[in-house]
Amino acid sequence: MKIAVCLKQVPARDTQPRVNESKTWLREQDATFELNEPDAYALEEGFQLRERHGGEVVVCSAGPARVAQALREALARGADRAIHVEDDSLASADAFAVADALAAAIEGERFDLVLTGLQSDDQGFAQTGVVLAERLGIPHATIIMEVAVQGDRVRVKRELEGGWFQWVEMPLPALLTIQSGINQLRYATLKGIIAAKKKEIRKVTPAAVASRQRIVRLRAPEKTKQTQIIPGPAADAAKELVRRLRDEARAIE
Amino acid sequence: MILAVAEQREGTLNRASWEAVAAAQQLAARTGLGPVRIAIAGGEVGGSAASLAEADAAEVVALEAPALGAYTADGFTAALAGLLATDPPAFAVFAHTYQVRDFVPKLAARLGWPLVTDVVGYGEPFEGRPAFTRHVFQGKLAADVVAESDGPCLVTVQAGAFQADLVARGASPAPVRRVEAAVEPSAIRQKPEPPFQEAKQAVDLSQAARIVAVGRGIKEQSKLALVEELARALGAEIAASRPICDAGWLPLERQVGSSGQTVSPKLYLALGISGAIQHAVGMKGSRTIVAINKDPEAPIFELADYGIVGDLFEVVPELVKALGKSA
Ligand SMILES: Cc1cc2nc3c(=O)[nH]c(=O)nc-3n(C[C@H](O)[C@H](O)[C@H](O)COP(=O)(O)OP(=O)(O)OC[C@H]3O[C@@H](n4cnc5c(N)ncnc54)[C@H](O)[C@@H]3O)c2cc1C
Repeated sequence: MKIAVCLKQVPARDTQPRVNESKTWLREQDATFELNEPDAYALEEGFQLRERHGGEVVVCSAGPARVAQALREALARGADRAIHVEDDSLASADAFAVADALAAAIEGERFDLVLTGLQSDDQGFAQTGVVLAERLGIPHATIIMEVAVQGDRVRVKRELEGGWFQWVEMPLPALLTIQSGINQLRYATLKGIIAAKKKEIRKVTPAAVASRQRIVRLRAPEKTKQTQIIPGPAADAAKELVRRLRDEARAIE
Repeated sequence: MILAVAEQREGTLNRASWEAVAAAQQLAARTGLGPVRIAIAGGEVGGSAASLAEADAAEVVALEAPALGAYTADGFTAALAGLLATDPPAFAVFAHTYQVRDFVPKLAARLGWPLVTDVVGYGEPFEGRPAFTRHVFQGKLAADVVAESDGPCLVTVQAGAFQADLVARGASPAPVRRVEAAVEPSAIRQKPEPPFQEAKQAVDLSQAARIVAVGRGIKEQSKLALVEELARALGAEIAASRPICDAGWLPLERQVGSSGQTVSPKLYLALGISGAIQHAVGMKGSRTIVAINKDPEAPIFELADYGIVGDLFEVVPELVKALGKSA
């Protein structure tokens, strides 16, 4: 089976993004980046399918030069090769532009299955995978928690709201957007890191990058709630919190 | 014209539909691009259309075809693409539900229209174009977004961002127009099976009076002992954000949020939880919410009644001590 996993590099979770001068994007030079977490689950799912059905896992990312690091990490975890659609404007591009860039780069390879994360931790469009499926002319399903390939078809478990699920079957080739928690992640081993150095990252230059929407103002979210922040050293704050929960909120006895 | 697109399952309207209608009405009021119309798609949607007709709208379109009886991405994309291409609205507003996430990006790609997702409000117009506010970088920043073109644009609104009870009601019911959707059943590639719930859960958090919920801030599974100690001191059940259950540190039945349980205890104490929307929808009905988080900007403080900005590994042991003394 020929499997593509599309992944994105996003600002690290533990950091507060700083806004650039024009207030339209973050200051990239201050940010540290990591692999988008849902995409890591998509990658692991690709590996597990390869273990069951054979074939190869090819990782693809559309983004600036820094993205090569995320691809290298995916190669170290076990991907066979990588495709990097490189352009600086892809860093803040919308899902259409990214899907167009990915589609142009992978179309010719005729993958049986294309996997993406269900959304990214940066702009969080939750669109790229679905738009990519439309561009590739293949069926898709989103928010997937289980994948079973049966001959030339795939049966998947879709997560619905409030603890509901649904099985959906469709012909291959197909695209699936993967939900976090579908599997248990495995990380790169030293052997994997060394092996990755010899693996290919094919660079592709995209046609003009055309987003259909753009950020015009980026700012701190509005605060509406009057939270009582209890100050002081941990011991004092803890005592005061217990007092207020007991006397004011009557939430404890 | 601004179109609100509602959602139903087996004839029952999704509550979020009213939020989409409210958002469409407010957008029409702001932009003057009304009137508002409402569309609802499915196999047989007469009942849903009749309820929607209570809203102040020029018309309700019941978009029907037997092939729409069970939801599929291919079927709904074809049906809505037909309707929207025939009579393009200035904006079409959907609720950001799992179903909408599944097919509306495809619809936008097919029509070639921009799609602004998970909108929480409207910003000041930018160069004459309506601006939509959405949260980015995990809720750490808010962005005002505009479409790059003046043509039709699709918008999805976040759960709870627009209040359903703000829907303006009409003086008399809006006319309902039935439209036969152009869906070719053989062109639908997805074969869906009926939705189901996993076996009944052993832990029913919805009945708990007090809940201590733990998030990724706990860092390691072994540190959960600290949380258990606090829960014991409070007489509380333990719950978690999704990443904790994804990692297998706590069973799925203890997950709170859009894909877990919905809870409303007297006390909800969130430890090292950022307060993402998908978590918030499951706990914001709690009577008293406490957040302990080392990041003063964490969105959880927008929900909390009481907050301590600090390291949970320092605060939690002190809380256990203080509770011991107060008892
Ligand atoms: C379709 C979909 C469905 C989802 N369903 C759910 C759901 O049902 N439930 C759910 O919870 N999530 C759900 N999510 C995931 C959700 O979007 C968030 O990713 C998740 O809730 C984040 O969990 P967290 O707050 O534990 O982690 P993070 O967002 O990583 O936050 C960790 C927090 O811990 C704080 N912290 C770190 N160290 C310390 C310390 N030492 N002391 C104090 N604080 C500390 C940090 O400041 C940060 O705020 C869903 C997502 C999607 C896309």
